[in-house]
Amino acid sequence: MSLLDVENLCVTFPTRRGEFQAVRGVSFTLGQERLGIVGESGSGKSMTGRAILRLIRPPGRVEADHMRLEGRELLQMSEKEMQGVRGQKISMVMQDPKFSLNPVMKIGEQIIEIYRFHTGAGRKAAWAKAVEMLEAVSIRDQERVMRAYPHEMSGGMGQRIMIAMMLVTEPKILIADEPTSALDVSVQTQVLQIMDRLVRERGMGLIFISHDLNLVASFCDRVLIMYAGRIVETCEADKLHEAQHPYTRGLLNSLPRLDEPSERLDVLTRDPAWMEETSVSGRV
Amino acid sequence: MSSLEFENLNVWFGDGPDRVDAVTGATFDVESGTSFGLVGESGSGKSTILRALVGLARNWSGRMTVGGLELRGYKRPRAFYRDVQMVFQDPYASLHPRQTVDAVLGETLKLHGFSDIDRRIKTLLDDVGLGPEFRFRYPHQISGGQRQRVAIARALAPEPSVLLLDEPTSALDVSVQAEVLNLLVDLRKERSLTYLMVSHDLAVVGHMCERVAVMQDGEIVELLGVAEMRAMEVKHPYTRHLLEASVGYNPREA
Ligand SMILES: Nc1ncnc2c1ncn2[C@@H]1O[C@H](COP(=O)(O)OP(=O)(O)OP(=O)(O)O)[C@@H](O)[C@H]1O
Ligand SMILES: Nc1ncnc2c1ncn2[C@@H]1O[C@H](COP(=O)(O)OP(=O)(O)OP(=O)(O)O)[C@@H](O)[C@H]1O
Ligand SMILES: [Mg+2]
Ligand SMILES: [Mg+2]
Repeated sequence: MSLLDVENLCVTFPTRRGEFQAVRGVSFTLGQERLGIVGESGSGKSMTGRAILRLIRPPGRVEADHMRLEGRELLQMSEKEMQGVRGQKISMVMQDPKFSLNPVMKIGEQIIEIYRFHTGAGRKAAWAKAVEMLEAVSIRDQERVMRAYPHEMSGGMGQRIMIAMMLVTEPKILIADEPTSALDVSVQTQVLQIMDRLVRERGMGLIFISHDLNLVASFCDRVLIMYAGRIVETCEADKLHEAQHPYTRGLLNSLPRLDEPSERLDVLTRDPAWMEETSVSGRV
Repeated sequence: MSSLEFENLNVWFGDGPDRVDAVTGATFDVESGTSFGLVGESGSGKSTILRALVGLARNWSGRMTVGGLELRGYKRPRAFYRDVQMVFQDPYASLHPRQTVDAVLGETLKLHGFSDIDRRIKTLLDDVGLGPEFRFRYPHQISGGQRQRVAIARALAPEPSVLLLDEPTSALDVSVQAEVLNLLVDLRKERSLTYLMVSHDLAVVGHMCERVAVMQDGEIVELLGVAEMRAMEVKHPYTRHLLEASVGYNPREA
């Protein structure tokens, strides 16, 4: 059985101009693997991640034929049960790290609180665990950072702190939304190694949302490519560069390259027909 | 007119055991009408250099000039805020949650004394590739990449001559990134703008900038031209490491 099984997921927002469907009938499964989701801005990647955790703010709505976590239907859980799922079973590293940290609470306290809430550990053990997690995400001066507030952190430090916080509870599934977009390549590698290890050694399932195609191709096992709320194509990650859909090709061609400088970068020309294509299944 | 000079810049935060020397002894120039890239480790002081220039990091020593004008303390002359605009690393924090896109842009335009607000808002949205349907939305009603485009539109609003760009495209998908980079290249040509940009993406810096400074732990460890970077003619091992790691994830490396 897969960890997560999503069938025909839709996320809808009422707007002044009628209903807007941010996610339009997406189906996929997640095993103990690294599943990448790529696609242009606004294609519904974050909304897909948030919908799994039922974090879509009303009046937005989440609908699906089913959305099962190890066989249990997430859509039928009470809000109270969902709170036990969030953070404990499924963690999400949000795209906006600083936004998701509490600005008036010291970083150490935030990690300790989460850890104690989920494990019931004592303060001392929790402090030690927090320092250990910060070290794991390559934060050098852990003791200073424990006593600091979020605004005193650099962009990449904030991102790593979020990751540390989400991993401290050892979730079954991690949804990481652009988790390394603010990191330099060497710290990025270290952070990816941590996630990689959790997948390989502890059998975690990872949903890795990113617009970095080279990174997804080299890091993930499988990729879903999203356009306008649907999956237009799926492939083995290491075959991403051979992807066929003109949309995926367009994304690949718009990357600047260090080895091949060009005056202007190619931009995507969107074909209206792409809107009408049915969603490809991401089930295995 | 809008060249930038940094000479022996030091910036620090806090004191006692929690003092952080975020930047130490940074020296470099950005010629008027060119683009300069700051790359390097997370936490190495890149954003702090930009913040010190605009007066958001108060403890600093050394010399900073904009267009030959020497900066002092953290207050900046009125004209400075029009001429030098910054796009922040964190598009979430830099947009007010209760202001619509229209309000963000409208207020900035008013603040800088423009009158044809309506027309300018339309042009700005168009410039950054956002359709008219986004004009009356709140930040939480648009995606991450769309928010960053709003932040860029706001920076362009007062028609500055210097743009400080802190990871301007790291929240953008590759196609929008290409659009925004093309836009920045065009704007620079049309209006002979000067860019100082921070990016961890060496391909982006290679595309945009003539010269690059590589930072590690508060210091500039290497200054180099883009041609040297492309040719891997680098001296410092950290620069080499950055270049080699920029091709993708390699599990055996760190
Ligand atoms: N509250 C809302 N009301 C209306 N539309 C919304 C709302 N929230 C999000 N949207 C729209 O839903 C679409 C999908 O958003 P989502 O955040 O999933 O994009 P994304 O693929 O994560 O993009 P990015 O790469 O820019 O983060 C976007 O077009 C966005 O404008
Ligand atoms: N307001 C502040 N108070 C205390 N320390 C700060 C503050 N702002 C930044 N720092 C510290 O200064 C150092 C440099 O931060 P800076 O934001 O310049 O890094 P950066 O090179 O931009 O990194 P990134 O690539 O992760 O954004 C970090 O150690 C950070 O914790
Ligand atoms: Mg998103
Ligand atoms: Mg920064």
